[in-house]
Amino acid sequence: MSHSVGIVTAQRATFETPLVFKSGAVLPRYELAYETYGALNSDKSNAILICHALSGHHHVAGFYADAPKSLGWWDNMVGPGKPIDTDKFFVVGLNNLGGCHGSTGPSSVDPETGKPYGSSFPVITVEDWVESQARLADYLGIECFAAVIGGSLGGMQALQWSLACPGRVRHVLAIASAPRLTAQNIAFNDVARNAILTDPDFHGGDYYQHNVVPTRGLRLARMLGHITYLSDDAMADKFGRELKSGQYNYGYEVEFQIESYLRYQGDKFAGLFDANTYLLMTKALDYFDPAQDCGGDLNSAFAKARADFLVISFTTDWRFSPQRSREIIRPLLHNGRNVSYAEINSTHGHDSFLMEHPHYFDVVRAYLDNVISEVSA
Amino acid sequence: MSDRSDFAAIAAWIPKGASVLDLGCGDGSLLRYLQDTRAVRGYGVEISDRDIVSCIANSVNVIQNDLDAGLSDFEDGAFDFVILSQTLQATRHTEPLMQEMLRVGREGIVSFPNFGYWRSRLDVLLGNMPVSSELPYQWYNTPNVHLCTLDDFENFCRSYCISITARSVMTGGREVSLLPNLFGSTAVYRFQRGI
Repeated sequence: MSHSVGIVTAQRATFETPLVFKSGAVLPRYELAYETYGALNSDKSNAILICHALSGHHHVAGFYADAPKSLGWWDNMVGPGKPIDTDKFFVVGLNNLGGCHGSTGPSSVDPETGKPYGSSFPVITVEDWVESQARLADYLGIECFAAVIGGSLGGMQALQWSLACPGRVRHVLAIASAPRLTAQNIAFNDVARNAILTDPDFHGGDYYQHNVVPTRGLRLARMLGHITYLSDDAMADKFGRELKSGQYNYGYEVEFQIESYLRYQGDKFAGLFDANTYLLMTKALDYFDPAQDCGGDLNSAFAKARADFLVISFTTDWRFSPQRSREIIRPLLHNGRNVSYAEINSTHGHDSFLMEHPHYFDVVRAYLDNVISEVSA
Repeated sequence: MSDRSDFAAIAAWIPKGASVLDLGCGDGSLLRYLQDTRAVRGYGVEISDRDIVSCIANSVNVIQNDLDAGLSDFEDGAFDFVILSQTLQATRHTEPLMQEMLRVGREGIVSFPNFGYWRSRLDVLLGNMPVSSELPYQWYNTPNVHLCTLDDFENFCRSYCISITARSVMTGGREVSLLPNLFGSTAVYRFQRGI
């Protein structure tokens, strides 16, 4: 029986060395919120970094002492005896720079102005994140990660680790991810951004000073996103054409259960998440393309990689379809990297990567069992 | 898998350090054997969920894919050898797959149960589909859709301009040289594109 890591505490690291973004912008100092689970071994070879996706953060597993229901977003995957086993590995989760859960981001106060960064927070890329994560690794004394693991946008960060820091990561697990977004995927992000950008409460990103939040935009963005994270079948199974009141009311109020569900999800999210962070995250997704400097050729882009790879996709995921995962595998095969690929039969669309699934978990467990066997106790 | 005496025969043809693609690699035993004995750089292709986990546990690279969907993830001439071990008879699009093997690899190796083996012939003569260690299934649950004899396979290769460069025929792990199409239960062939 697997258990939770139990009570955890968020920590914070301050970095005083300026970070130069890919865009050329400079952030003079910043903080990263992170959590760790398990123990780092004597030669610091058993560390795993978990990279989060669009709406994730550093609270990956366990719960806070004052909030027993505050389970980490990947608590089913990370913990003692779980596929990412905290009895064996030292697991690090962080909130990415630009986030809204404790790391420096648009809603943080800029010490130079005494006001929230807002629109002045630089547009960030996956490359910038990996740079900041590498500094967190330095701070924690981790020279080389046994594995860097991420789903979706987190998978892109894991891939980037193998390219930016080939000597600092031995294994990369890229789950429900892609080497770069397709036009369709960028299009979804653009509609989401437009919902926020055109909200009258957005104020060019400086809504904090106006004591308002572009809730309507963020809510719409999330509703759209949510549709793309679920599969057609999962939605049909869960909601079908079910009506709240059992009959048509011939108006525009919420009638179908799916409408009610999406609005609930939108409201919940808009109350917790920062709109500027949402914009930054979607932009980081759009920009990521490791082959940008290689004439679009992923084969040459991945020539630098030294890690071994496990790539996982889900059959009903259409936002990051199995085809996109195959685009990760091909350049790895081309370059003779060790790579395994599992295509998991799951009904839950893109969200599958967050859900408990026996075969999916067996694959991750089997892979990490080999990783731990390379590591000294 | 039942009798895997074909492992040694396959390994004997593979030089140390070769690159190998094993199609229908099952739990990865052959690749693991080749990694251990011939230090090959290898990948397996497998469709079964359970086998994917076994391959990973065996420290064998495995790509989950349906062989009948082709080998589009693999580049032309990417491998020294493409192996199809005890899988040929279970493929649906056998001829295109054989061509794909020789697109992706410089040489191919296949092993399969010989349906011309005297015991199989006797079973059919006596009125029943053969069931043996090489053919462990009943007619109603067998994955084998393209069973053949040594002669059938060799005729097939001639028709499709595939040139057989070596052959090893075995029964119970022993090499068979006398009337192999009658006395051999398992056949292993090495081949390349014909000129």
